[in-house]
Amino acid sequence: MLAAIRRNRPAATTVLPELQSFATLPPDGLQAEFRRRLAQMGGKLIEPGPEPDRLAPARRMIAEAGITCSMVPQLPGNRAFDRAEPASLHDVDLAVLQASFAVAETGSVALRAADLGVNALGYLAQRLLVLVDPATIVENLHLAYSRPEFHDGHYLVLQTGPSATADIEGVLIHGAQGVRALTVLLAIP
Amino acid sequence: MKRVRVDHAEGRSHPIAPDGADPAREPQPRGAVIRGRRPVDHAEAAERFLAAPDHLSFHDKRLWDLREKRDRESHGIPEWEQLRQLASDIKEYALTRLDDLLEEFERNATANGVVVHWARDAAEHNRIVTDILRTHGATELVKSKSMLTEECGLRDHLQEAGVSVIETDLGERIQQLDNEDPSHVVVPAVHKLRSDVAAVFARTIGTDPGRDDPAYLAESQRMSNRPLILDARVGMTGANFLVADSGAVVVCTNEGNADLCASVPAVHIVSAGIEKIVPRTGDLGVFIRLLSRSALGSPITQYTSHFRGPRAGGEMHVILVDNGRSERLGAEEFWTSLKCIRCGACMNTCPVYRRSGGLSYGATYAGPIGLIIDPSFNRRKYSLLPYASTLNGSCTAVCPVKINIHEQILSWRRVMAEHHEPSMTKQISMKGASALLSRPSAYRAAVDGANAVLPHMPRFALYNPANAWGKGREIPQAPGQSFHAWFKARRRKP
Amino acid sequence: MIAMRIGLFIPCFIDLFYRDVGIATLELLERLGHAVDYPADQTCCGQPMGNAGFVAECRAVEALFVRNFDEYDAIVCPSASCVHHVRHKSALPDAIRARTFELVEFLHDVIGVDALPPAFFPHRVTLHNSCTALRSLDHEPAPELNVPFFSKPRALLARVGGLEIVETERADECCGFGGTFSVSEAAVSARMGQDKATRQAASGAEYVVSADMSCLMHQGGSAARHGIDMRYVHIAQILNTKAVDA
Repeated sequence: MLAAIRRNRPAATTVLPELQSFATLPPDGLQAEFRRRLAQMGGKLIEPGPEPDRLAPARRMIAEAGITCSMVPQLPGNRAFDRAEPASLHDVDLAVLQASFAVAETGSVALRAADLGVNALGYLAQRLLVLVDPATIVENLHLAYSRPEFHDGHYLVLQTGPSATADIEGVLIHGAQGVRALTVLLAIP
Repeated sequence: MKRVRVDHAEGRSHPIAPDGADPAREPQPRGAVIRGRRPVDHAEAAERFLAAPDHLSFHDKRLWDLREKRDRESHGIPEWEQLRQLASDIKEYALTRLDDLLEEFERNATANGVVVHWARDAAEHNRIVTDILRTHGATELVKSKSMLTEECGLRDHLQEAGVSVIETDLGERIQQLDNEDPSHVVVPAVHKLRSDVAAVFARTIGTDPGRDDPAYLAESQRMSNRPLILDARVGMTGANFLVADSGAVVVCTNEGNADLCASVPAVHIVSAGIEKIVPRTGDLGVFIRLLSRSALGSPITQYTSHFRGPRAGGEMHVILVDNGRSERLGAEEFWTSLKCIRCGACMNTCPVYRRSGGLSYGATYAGPIGLIIDPSFNRRKYSLLPYASTLNGSCTAVCPVKINIHEQILSWRRVMAEHHEPSMTKQISMKGASALLSRPSAYRAAVDGANAVLPHMPRFALYNPANAWGKGREIPQAPGQSFHAWFKARRRKP
Repeated sequence: MIAMRIGLFIPCFIDLFYRDVGIATLELLERLGHAVDYPADQTCCGQPMGNAGFVAECRAVEALFVRNFDEYDAIVCPSASCVHHVRHKSALPDAIRARTFELVEFLHDVIGVDALPPAFFPHRVTLHNSCTALRSLDHEPAPELNVPFFSKPRALLARVGGLEIVETERADECCGFGGTFSVSEAAVSARMGQDKATRQAASGAEYVVSADMSCLMHQGGSAARHGIDMRYVHIAQILNTKAVDA
């Protein structure tokens, strides 16, 4: 196969272009752009509570949820899932996660295998609550891809809002296969 | 039925109501008739699609809507044209060093615990998949959408081998259950109306035949697929990109179904065409910015997933598939078609595609990109496809990797003419035209003859069945005098 | 400005069906002070065969084209698709290809907008840019591209007294003519023509103006078949209206 490619490949005249970041700070800041794009992509945002308990809104959400798996020690869930078989997570209502970083241009949150505990948690749960440290928001995808997380670990997903489909007559439906809702809280645990 | 405006993955969306009558009464037009290696007659299938006004109207508007969203998103990015050039350059670089980069990918992926397989053609690919399934005693395969597995005919192959295949992308599942190929690379069931989907689901997954609201239909599919995903031992995805420097496989979906297929079963198989390679992780910044904006007019797909190795306790296989690609790489005029990232923008903007539906092309790849890829699989069978274009060039202008699609369509016509593939009628008429147009006196006689006769021809004689023009249009009023005759008369005047 | 010897290239279908477009082009160029000749033995540029992929069948037609037009300073043609073929697709000698101009680009780029005689056309018109004018000859940038806007035909029409331009929805969408496509894919082609004419009518225009008569032949034929009341004129016909006509 490689021999066939070598035989046929065109002359290598194109130079590999240098990468640019095209970074220009959005006029009203990274947080505002992140919020706007997250909303466009169907994500929800909850505001942090007043000091001293910035995480209070998250606690309330967890209190009202059914089976909850959490990867955030400060926001415990009600189901331990360390090294669980993925399929055993089929009945999880809410998963609580902390993103490695976020992207303003697209409203995406980055979740690594280490952030998910079990990768399938990010898809089998009905809903996700994702904490994002505002200091980790990068402007655009060029800057995102210069981060070291892409060279470390077996899995990284940029999740942008909930699962969505418009496959039937272009009508948008959330929760096609994966999570039905993705909520972001911009706060540090 | 109440139709509301909704916030959409693709920006602000307005569900599009088909014009006119109750769509339930209009049967879905079916695709091109396939008769072995005989040339697929796109025009015939298109004519049947055009005869279904509700389907036609929805299809055209839905895809034009995507084109408009694409325009809005791309015009919002000042460096858009630079990004297209970068994407094109990166792909050309990668294709001209494809062997080295594939080896680099293999090294890195293997180091991460991935088993890398090489498949020369569809048969080899299908055999590798079957072997992996056998090793794990799997009789079910859950998979996300992959044009490559369509190309390889994997589903039929596995079904014959006793493996049941479950497509998990909603559109692809609809098509699977209806025994139809996908009609579009991104929105596989875009040619169907909700009533068509309701009928398919009622027949296959037991939905209420009287209910056709999309939310109900989508939810029913979610509920019917989920237990199958939970039980599956092996899952499969395609690949949007392979990254040489990290060994990562990148998969983009909006439904998250690829991640389900990769993260729940113990075994994850990736089918990837060898042209999917990019050299550096940083290159993804360029491609991910272009991909969903071009496809759907959204800034990114809901899920952009990077698989570098098996999940905890699992196995990961990547099958690198050639299936004609290395041969295409050697085709001087056509190798750049391998830059394609399957965004479907050329289909959305194509006025012929929007009015004929993807199934009218009778091939794995429909629309403009199909016209330049399909003939490389079978020149005779797809010999008429390059003529299913007006050469308007919009496909080239939207292409995020700057493939000169409409020029390659024209080049394929030349290839077809050189191999005498077009019908005899076309060959004779082109030779006739050449003879006429290279002999001024014969040409003059023809034009002046027509100008003398046409104004006096009765309608029934002009609009006969042999007059394809007259089927849908009037013939212009000939003025009775050609410009040539006018100029000659003017010159004679003092 | 030095007067040029211009060879007027009138494509076959204009010669047959649209004498007045040829006359308007000729008169306009003469009014600009150039010596315009119409070589009598001209036929075609070879586009019909070339676009169908029959390159060998173009050669004799191209040889005739050279015999007809070799002697002129400039070759001007009121059809973008023919000029596109001559310039980018034919095997004609480089010298011929470089001297062949489409009328709008000739007026805009070579003559200069300010040199045009006054014209008067007190009507609402909508502009149809043919696909080749738009995506191959740069009359305007293709709307798919994110580049600064300019428009050669609009710059010319802006000088016409009384003329108002209204916009047609999906203005850049191909009307479906496509040369032999119009008969080999007659059903799709006719539907595209019908859709185009319907949207033109919805624009409120009285006239559709274009630099390409072949598109207009198709659109006009579609409008007539579907009872759509619309008139179709070549841009030369508007630019050649004399202010005194008013």
